[in-house]
Amino acid sequence: MPSRAPSHRSPQLNPAALADCLSTASCVVTQLTSGLIIGMLLFLVAAGLTLIFGVLKVVNFTHGSFYMLGAYLALTVYQASGSFALAVVCAAAGVGLFGLAFERLFMKHVYGSNVLMQLLVCYAFILILDDAVKLIWGAEFKSMGMPQAFQQPPILLAGGVIPVFYLLLIAVALAIGGLLWYGIAGTRIGKVVRAAAHNPGMVSALGINTGLIYGAVFALGGLLAGLAGALAAPVRSMAPGMGFSILIESFIVTVIGGMGSIVGALAGALMIGLIRAFGSIGFPLFTDGLMFLFMVAILVWKPTGLFGRDA
Amino acid sequence: MPERTRRRSLAFECALALAAFALLALLPVVYPSKALVDFVIRLAALGIFASSLNILIGYGGMVSFGHGMFFASGAYAFGLLMQKAGTSIPAAIALAVLFSAALAGLVGAICVRLKEIYFAFLTLAFQMLLHSLIISWVPLTGGDQGLMGGIPRPPFLGIDMADQSHLYVFACATLVICLLAMRHLMESPFGYTLRMIRDNAPRAQFLGIRVWRMRLAAFVLAGAFASIGGILMSLFVSGAYPEFAYWTMSGEGIFMLMLGGMSAFLGPLVGTALLLFLNDVVTRFTEYYGLTLGVVILLFALVFRRGVTDFVLEAVQRPGPGKRT
Repeated sequence: MPSRAPSHRSPQLNPAALADCLSTASCVVTQLTSGLIIGMLLFLVAAGLTLIFGVLKVVNFTHGSFYMLGAYLALTVYQASGSFALAVVCAAAGVGLFGLAFERLFMKHVYGSNVLMQLLVCYAFILILDDAVKLIWGAEFKSMGMPQAFQQPPILLAGGVIPVFYLLLIAVALAIGGLLWYGIAGTRIGKVVRAAAHNPGMVSALGINTGLIYGAVFALGGLLAGLAGALAAPVRSMAPGMGFSILIESFIVTVIGGMGSIVGALAGALMIGLIRAFGSIGFPLFTDGLMFLFMVAILVWKPTGLFGRDA
Repeated sequence: MPERTRRRSLAFECALALAAFALLALLPVVYPSKALVDFVIRLAALGIFASSLNILIGYGGMVSFGHGMFFASGAYAFGLLMQKAGTSIPAAIALAVLFSAALAGLVGAICVRLKEIYFAFLTLAFQMLLHSLIISWVPLTGGDQGLMGGIPRPPFLGIDMADQSHLYVFACATLVICLLAMRHLMESPFGYTLRMIRDNAPRAQFLGIRVWRMRLAAFVLAGAFASIGGILMSLFVSGAYPEFAYWTMSGEGIFMLMLGGMSAFLGPLVGTALLLFLNDVVTRFTEYYGLTLGVVILLFALVFRRGVTDFVLEAVQRPGPGKRT
């Protein structure tokens, strides 16, 4: 049942290898890029998670399943049409719609009640979606393979290897991050959403449909997770249950960055990405532990996270 | 949450527990069936686990999503002690419980001061850390294969755990003793302090109670009891598997509470029995266990919104208006 792909890391502590890597430019560049793409994928998932929490004060435990759904949808569309761009758009839109339906039909009913009910509904959906994926796509590992357009020789920088696809991934994630930040901080809609997060009763009294806002926020969160899943599809293998480890990691990201903060999600995601990339060289067995230690240190030092405001 | 505040004397409860134990122990004599024996042993292990989770959720109002961590730590610590150190069973049990309590102290110290939703997620995160540690520390834990090769079960005090009937009686006795201990704890001033913190933490604080200390104590206690459940399970399957530490373990624990109801002390045990039964029935008919279980959970969470014992309690209490609830 373990959700992550079988890893072939040698179980040992090896600080010397890390020191070796840090002293050669090529290794630093390679690990830096790999850390950046881990971080960017995490950012897209964590941004949705933190957005939903910021507005609805609900932690969406099914967010990892959204990511999984995105990856599988992209796989199907890509295999049917051969267009990666179409696959990404369809996956993002599809999961966005799913998020909207999930919120309107199910989550809506448990906002008022305690955390236990929210947890149970999410738990039910993680189980259902994992099995649905098994039913539709099968239980074995799947992979999409690198789309034709990106099958080019990687860029070499100071001896380090940077696949072309990684550049696209980083650019898209940064663009989305910028758009999101502008949308929330600079537009009228963003203002309404922030107001609804702050005082839904007042916003509702002013004649704004808060239910619509909640649904839209869930849809946006789903869209981001679906997008992340689709972008990850060429570089990650897929299996039912793949979403859970990214859920845990993106939660750690939001705790580090501060729940509800987009900028925090970006900063946290980059840190976790780099910890994973460099930690896997020096402390292969303890990479997860390193991530947790970092989170605990942040929690003790600043319980609201680096960019969180509300105590 | 309605609760019965009527107190029975400890002696009466002990007598009740003794009767329950006698009934359980005699069950295989009346119905000699291998399936029944297996069912009751699993019920004992998971029932203790679910009841210990209820200390946190039902009595303490602390929704932990990582309780499976202590089930697994009990099972692994016990299995490793038996396999590698060759200790006697009672010593290994005591050490495994102590280890789990210490682990709970460590995790609890970080988690119990957090707000509700953070607490739920952070306990889950720590559980997944333990899971990934078990998976990757292959030389010690056997990785995703689990602790293989069986756990040696040397006889002690005339009890031979390798004998299924001895294990059965031992499991029943452990279940009854643990439930009695938890019941007694929850009816003690500590238990009522915990309820007060659940209902109104600032007020408890004004009364001079160190809220986070009480919460930590509850967390450690619950972790220690959960590890006993894990030890029983590892004795039963003669091994320990990473699935014990997987998040679904905690999810199932929470669902057992929901299914059985949290207002009666035995609710979690009833929920465990129902879930085990459901498990056996569903896996016989379909391989899509998660799909079926998910739908049942949605039904309980969104439609019934209460557990089975809650319905029973309501039905029993409705006719008598004079009864205290």
